[in-house]
Parts: sequence; structure tokens; C-alpha cells
Amino acid sequence: MPMRKTLLAASALLATTFTALAEDPVKIGMITTLSGPAGYLGQDVRDGFKLAMEDNKLGGVPVELLVEDDGLKPGQGKQIAERFLSESGVKLFTGIVFSNVAGATVPDIVDNEAFYISPNAGPSNLAGKECSENYFVVSWQNDSLHESAGQLATNLGYKKAFILAPNYQAGKDALAGFKRFFKGEIAGEVYTRLDQTDFAAELAQIRAAKPDVVFQFHPGGLGITFLRQYEQAGLGKEIPMVLAEPSMDGVTLAAVGEAAVGVNVSAHWNTDFDNPANKRFMEAWNKAYNRPATYYSSQGYDTGQLIASALKASGGKLDDSFRDALRKADFQSVRGKFAFGPNQHPIQNWYALKVEKGADGKPVIKTVGEVFKDHGDAYSADCKM
Amino acid sequence: MTLFLEQLLNGVQFGVMLFLMAAGLTLIFGIMGVINLAHGSIYMIGAYAGTFVATQTGSFWLGIPAALAAAALAGVAIEFLVVRRLYGRDHLDQVLATFGLILIFNQAVTMLFGRQPLFVQMPSVLDGSVELLPGLSYPIYRLAIIVVGLLVAFGLYLLINRTRIGMLVRAGSTNREMVRALGVDVRLLYTLVFGLGALLAGLAGFMAGPILAVQIGMGEQILITTFVVVVIGGVGSIRGAFFASLILGIVDTGLRAYLPGLLRQVMVGPEADALGAGISSMGIYLLMAIVLLIRPKGLFIRNS
Repeated sequence: MPMRKTLLAASALLATTFTALAEDPVKIGMITTLSGPAGYLGQDVRDGFKLAMEDNKLGGVPVELLVEDDGLKPGQGKQIAERFLSESGVKLFTGIVFSNVAGATVPDIVDNEAFYISPNAGPSNLAGKECSENYFVVSWQNDSLHESAGQLATNLGYKKAFILAPNYQAGKDALAGFKRFFKGEIAGEVYTRLDQTDFAAELAQIRAAKPDVVFQFHPGGLGITFLRQYEQAGLGKEIPMVLAEPSMDGVTLAAVGEAAVGVNVSAHWNTDFDNPANKRFMEAWNKAYNRPATYYSSQGYDTGQLIASALKASGGKLDDSFRDALRKADFQSVRGKFAFGPNQHPIQNWYALKVEKGADGKPVIKTVGEVFKDHGDAYSADCKM
Repeated sequence: MTLFLEQLLNGVQFGVMLFLMAAGLTLIFGIMGVINLAHGSIYMIGAYAGTFVATQTGSFWLGIPAALAAAALAGVAIEFLVVRRLYGRDHLDQVLATFGLILIFNQAVTMLFGRQPLFVQMPSVLDGSVELLPGLSYPIYRLAIIVVGLLVAFGLYLLINRTRIGMLVRAGSTNREMVRALGVDVRLLYTLVFGLGALLAGLAGFMAGPILAVQIGMGEQILITTFVVVVIGGVGSIRGAFFASLILGIVDTGLRAYLPGLLRQVMVGPEADALGAGISSMGIYLLMAIVLLIRPKGLFIRNS
């Protein structure tokens, strides 16, 4: 009797493991920033990614999306990654918004033979010497954001620029990236504080320096405050501004309103791109969410699409065939043409955008031209795989 | 010269905002002996309530009573429900409890208004700039902040020095036990002082709205500087808070505006900028350290 019971139990157990093996979904660990003033960035990455999923499937393969908030703290991101790796057996990661979190978390993930697909952060060290064959960046290498802004300012014929950024790594990279492609003279270079809320002192300096263009990199709420105070000080009408896309997304625009009209922006994606993938995305976004689509959401969506294409090709296995399929980037990107360079960072076009008054009087961001064709990054030469 | 005057005005304007925050904080600390970290949350509540009403009704002016009422109510509620239990306790308990309040208020505001910052349009009367001197134009709104701040300072001076309540407040900040021993209803006095401090914080929060972003955590950004003001001015001294606010406002603005330029005379450009930015963000704390060394009780407290 006990013998029979044991056998029954054993076979029942075996049966469950077999069915589990057949239908076990691929776990995707999404570590992203969901709290604090920058919480909307992670929210958009996550919700864009979800739009690429159909019935919890990516490329026909069942997936399970595990989302955790890193709170913009590198230590917290690292802890979540370790827990996902050891307890949940996650082998595929994505989601990180900020470069400082990525810098602390990504090396751990790829050292444990897991994949990391970046939907946003692309710090320079991970693009060069510390690149890894399990690390892919769907968005851009950080410098490209500001290189394109520098080129745009040159294209627009400006000769004398006043440049500002917060005093931290990404801020310094931003000014260096801008200067790499700006051919004119730098009238002034100012580092602000990362927690600064009042820019009156800096605005007075700008007015005194009399530049013919201002470039500033202030992500999230900082940028909104800067633009509003710039307008209030009456500088908006006097000195035009060139920005990189982190300083002018859909949310910034909604908050700044009229004050943003006339601002030039360089970007790799915009809501008005005329290609089938983008139209599908914008339609799905507007149907699902009652808020403006940002480039963070577009990158979340593209990341989901890329993973879908690779899972389809590998049949749901996370092995060499998955990596080969990722490298091919066989998906319809919302930004049009898209390919990976030798360091698995994008090679893509950059565009000139301008904030204009829309038909209903509300300001909109319009695509007006091209800045770079097939632009890669300066670090791929240092990457040896 | 005009640039210097403009920076001076910027400094005074920043100082006046600090004063509105510091006045309440220094009274609460001086009279009740409570370290109230939630003072920044009251600033945020004033900003959110005022901005919400202003955008809903379309009138900036209706936002002012809303901000004041919400902040004073929140202040009295905090005093009645939480802080009242902390008077006899250790400072560490007070810090823990009021820090908990910060987290609760931040989360509550997130749930009510979402994470994206709010903005209020300034009234057209105050929009734009005015030319004070040839070549020196200054935003009207910032001038208005300076005027309001100075008026509040004058009003507080009258209240503290000319009224009975003010006399009790002065007595309370000098010797709390004696006031209680003389039979004054200190509980009522405490609630009044707390409410007054909250009112001023709410006013500061709402006035900051059109310039800065109304967002979660905005109170904590200004709170730390406010504590520096309280320490430099001397705990419990309104007069000290006033002068310390102006000094800090001007020093902070001046360092940010001029230090990188001065350093660039002796160093290479980018390094001077980075070093200047570093030192100027440390500037007010250095000033506090120096004041603590020379006059540990603050600049405006007479040594007894």
C-alpha cells in the first residue's frame, strides 16, 4: 500500500515537471526606475515593452516579465539583479534607464552568462573596453545624443555657444559630446548642481556672455524648470536653444508648453515618423495609455520587438543561436533603419526636430531634417569581442 | 555692474524664500525643541494645494488662500497627531517620526497627483520683466517674491516684538520651563507656533510654484539649506533667521556666479568650472562650519 502511494506520488510529480518543462515561459528580468521624479522614464520603458508582447508571448514564445524598481540607486539595481539570477533563474535582463545604475548592474549580469538588452542607458565604458558579447544596446551610445546636438548647432550656422550641464559624469560627457561636433566658439561653460532648482545666477551669466545659441543638458524635472525660467527671464526670445532629446521629450513639452516653441532638438526618433512600425506603435500607445509617448516608450517597444525576433529564431532558447539572432536585428524598428555595430550598439540616423505651434495651438515636436546618416559611436574601436 | 546687481537681487530673492521656511523651523526648534523634518513636506503641500486650485479655477490669486489653508491645516494636524507626542522624547525619535512623515506625505501626493511635476501659470500682471536701471531688467515675479518676503519679515517683527503672543513666543524660546511654570497654556502656544510656521512654509511653497517645478521631494531640497540657515542664525531667533537667510542666499548665488570665473584666471577652463561648481555647492556648509567654530550658538544669539 505505501509502495503504491509513493509510486503514484512520484508519477504525479514527474508529470508536473514534464508539463512544466514544455510550457515554462522565458523569464525576463526588468530592472528599471519607477519611483521619484524620474519615475515616468521607467514607467514608459515598461509600458512600451508591454506593447510589444501579445498574450504574454514574444515572437510566439511564452514569456514572464518580472518588473522591479531600482529607485535610481545603483546598489539597489545590483541587488535585484543578483536576486533574479540566483533565486528566479533569470537569464535575460532589460529595463535600466540610468547609466550609473547600468554601470553597477550590467557587468554582474553578463559575467553570469545572462543577456542584457539595454532600452536606454549606453555608458561609454561598456561600449568600449568593457563591452561584452551578451550586452546589446537598442537605444544609443550616450555620447551620440549630444554629438548630434553639436552637429545640429553647426548645421544651423551658430558660431558662439553657451553650454551648461549638471556636475556629474553624464553632464560632463554631454558637454564633451557637444563640443566634439560643434565647430564654433564656446562663449561659456557652466556646471550646475544636480539638485539645483533655481537657475537665476546662470541665466544672468548667459545674458552677459551674449552667445548666439545655448545648449543645455538637464534631464527630467531639472530641464523643465530650466526652460521655464529661461522664458521668464525673457531669454527665450533673444537667444535660441539647441537641445538633445533627453531635455525635450513629450512630457517636458506638455509641462513647459508655449515656452518651448522655437527650440531645436536632435533625436533618433519622433512621434511623427512616417513608417509602418511607428504608426502601429503610436496607434497602440494612444489606445492603451492616456499620456504622451516619449522616446523611452519607443525604446521599450523596440527592445521588446528585438527580443521577440531573436526568441522566434532560437525557438525560445537563450543560447548562441539567440545571440546570433539578436545581432541580425531582424525587426521593424519604429525609427526606420536600424543595425548593430561591431560593439552591439546601434548604427542609426539622427534627425533635426523643432518645436512648433500645432494646428490646435498646442506646441508639437516636428521632424524637419537629418543630422547624421548611419551614425555609430566613437568607442567601438576599443571593443574586442 | 548691472550683472552684479542682478546677481545680488537673485541672492536676495533666494534668501527671502529661505527665510519663509527658516522662520517657522527656527521657532518650532527653539520653542518646542522639536526637530521637524516634515517642514519640507508642508512646503510641498502648500505648493500642491495652491497649484491645484489655481489650475482648476484658472485664478492664480485663489491659489494663495488654498495654499495657506492647506499648509496651516496640515501643520496643525501634524502637531496634534504626531509631534505632540514627541516633545518629551529624544531628538532621534523626533527625527525618525518626522522622517516617516516625509515618506508618507511623498507617497500620498504621488497617489493623488502622479509623479509628473505640476506647473502653474503666473498671473499676467506679474509676468515679464521690468527695467530697474538702464540695462538691468529683472523678472517682476521675482521682485514680487522679494517684496512679499520683506513684508512677512516686517509683520513677524511686529508680531514677535509688539504683541502678547509674541512676548510668550520670545519667553518660550528663552526659557520654556519658566513659561510653563508661570501658568501659560503652552499646548495652545505650541499649536499656534506650529500653525504659523506651516503657514509661512505653505506660502513659500506656493510662491516657488511658478518658478520651480511643483514635484515630489521639492521640500527636501530646500529643507537642508533651511537647517543651515537656522544653525547660522541661531536656534529660536527670527532676527537671526532673517539675516542668515539673506547672507546665505547672497553667498550661494555669488559663489555660483563668480567662483568659476575667478578660478579660470589661475587654471584651465574645464577644470576651473568643475572645481568652482564643487566649491560653490559646498560654500554654505563651509560657512556654517566657520560660524559653528566662532560662535557655536549662531551669529545672532547673545552668549549668556
